Amino acid sequence: MSVLLIAEHNNKEVKPFTLNAVTAASQMDQDLHVLVIGNKADEVAKSLSKVSNIKKVIHIDNEIYENYLAENFTPLIVKQSANYSHIVCSANTFGKNLMPRVSALLNTSQVSDIIKVISPDTFLRPIYAGNAFATVKSMDQKKCITIRPTSFDPAPSSGGSAEIVKEEPGESSPLLKFIKKEEVKSDRPELGTARVVISGGRGMQKAENFKLITAIADKLNAAVGASRAAVDAGYITNDHQVGQTGKVVVPDLYIAVGISGAIQHLAGMKESKVIVAINKDGEAPIFSVADYGLEADLFDALPQFLEELNKLNTIQK
Amino acid sequence: MKILVAVKRVIDYNVQVRVKEDNSGVVTENIKMSTNPPDDNAVEEAVKIKESGKVKEVIAVTVGEEKAQETVRKALAVGVDRGIHVKSEGILEPLAVSKILQKIVEKEKPDLVFMGKQAIDDDCNQTGQMLAALLNWPQATFASKIVVKDKSLEVTREIDEGLETIEVNIPSVITCDLRLNEPRYASLPNIMKAKKKPLEQINVADLGVDTKPRIEQIKVEEPPKRKSGIKVANVAELVQKLKNEAKVI
Repeated sequence: MSVLLIAEHNNKEVKPFTLNAVTAASQMDQDLHVLVIGNKADEVAKSLSKVSNIKKVIHIDNEIYENYLAENFTPLIVKQSANYSHIVCSANTFGKNLMPRVSALLNTSQVSDIIKVISPDTFLRPIYAGNAFATVKSMDQKKCITIRPTSFDPAPSSGGSAEIVKEEPGESSPLLKFIKKEEVKSDRPELGTARVVISGGRGMQKAENFKLITAIADKLNAAVGASRAAVDAGYITNDHQVGQTGKVVVPDLYIAVGISGAIQHLAGMKESKVIVAINKDGEAPIFSVADYGLEADLFDALPQFLEELNKLNTIQK
Repeated sequence: MKILVAVKRVIDYNVQVRVKEDNSGVVTENIKMSTNPPDDNAVEEAVKIKESGKVKEVIAVTVGEEKAQETVRKALAVGVDRGIHVKSEGILEPLAVSKILQKIVEKEKPDLVFMGKQAIDDDCNQTGQMLAALLNWPQATFASKIVVKDKSLEVTREIDEGLETIEVNIPSVITCDLRLNEPRYASLPNIMKAKKKPLEQINVADLGVDTKPRIEQIKVEEPPKRKSGIKVANVAELVQKLKNEAKVI
């Protein structure tokens, strides 16, 4: 049997994490097909047809799919699922919203947020905010799986020549309607894929102090993250939240500033390659995961940090 | 209108979870248990909507062992009218829980079902969406704002790119984010009063739902430990280490 991956995209481009999901999905079965549901998403289908591991692209296009409503996507996926042993999607808000709806209608127990494919039916997944790893075996004939994208390398985006098959759209659900999306536009790298992330916590004290963070982010070409406490306090918008219920990041360098290091925050960043913690409380739990800890007042340390960076001849981008 | 709120008993969010030596799971004996945090937000929102006069009754339901009813008692103490405890032993997967909740919905006929967006034990993030699918109701997941209209709800959802607002018809299933509201604490008199509120017990076997696990948990292990780091004396040393030792800047 084959694997069907549900592509995440913005109707113009494939979201980068879809390529990480391609890697994971192709480890379940080599015969990997991708389903693109969207509105005027021809370019998305075309670019996926060039991804080397993908054998076939199924493209369903209609204006009712403009905003990715799970109620409209689900019947299409359920219909397609007849030909597949695995239905796969990224475990970000798109996939988390969509996949359980599909899984319930297929009467399948979903395996969420896997970080490793051990065999086509056995997977590794974090539980308890990553404080334990569970090895689980799905006994359902048809498997619904979501993938933690940062745990898999992206598949090469070229080298393939899959056929693109167009299929008919379904009905629009009368049960809900889309109103608006408030997307936060930024010139900085995306939090999920940035090489460097610098995050602020409750210690930042107020929204405008985040400019100390953004100045360093600009210098390091870093994404800006935040703890839940900082988002709750209104210092920064929710799309920056790193943690168990926010985003999971695995950058080469993660700099935690004024973040105490609650279990829930560590769940989102502790797999980072190098972790720096700057905190004036020497006992803060964040130091237990930090490769380099600096016990200091962030209001002194951040301007000095920028100054020291300015002294360097070269900075990796 | 009537709201059904589903609550789950989990290891308290402040507890450092430990893996059992035989790798069969995590240690739960003598560990502090609490209501799953976003389920508290779901309860709070339902009670707030009731207080605004738009809802007549709020019912809390939980599924699990005998002690799971503590979560329902806690909900009763902050303003929920009555409770249901579906008694069940052993591991229940979200698919099984959503089938049980479907039976409760068919019996109680609520207009809305609220629950937390994710349980902090298994981190599955499935039950609300599955229930919505089984009922063929619309869903609004990760809700950080809810506006009740005549025949619909306008819900702001937290998504990776920012915020999204959708309008879902009633009936619908809403899964709640931690930022939806600030859950209240129960006062002592209200905790006492809650003991007199009705709490119905139902045996899961009487609901005729297949709850057999479909996923075999082979083993549970400690995640790989990070090797311990060092403290640096000052910012200059930090930058030097990042440049020359870690080679990340």
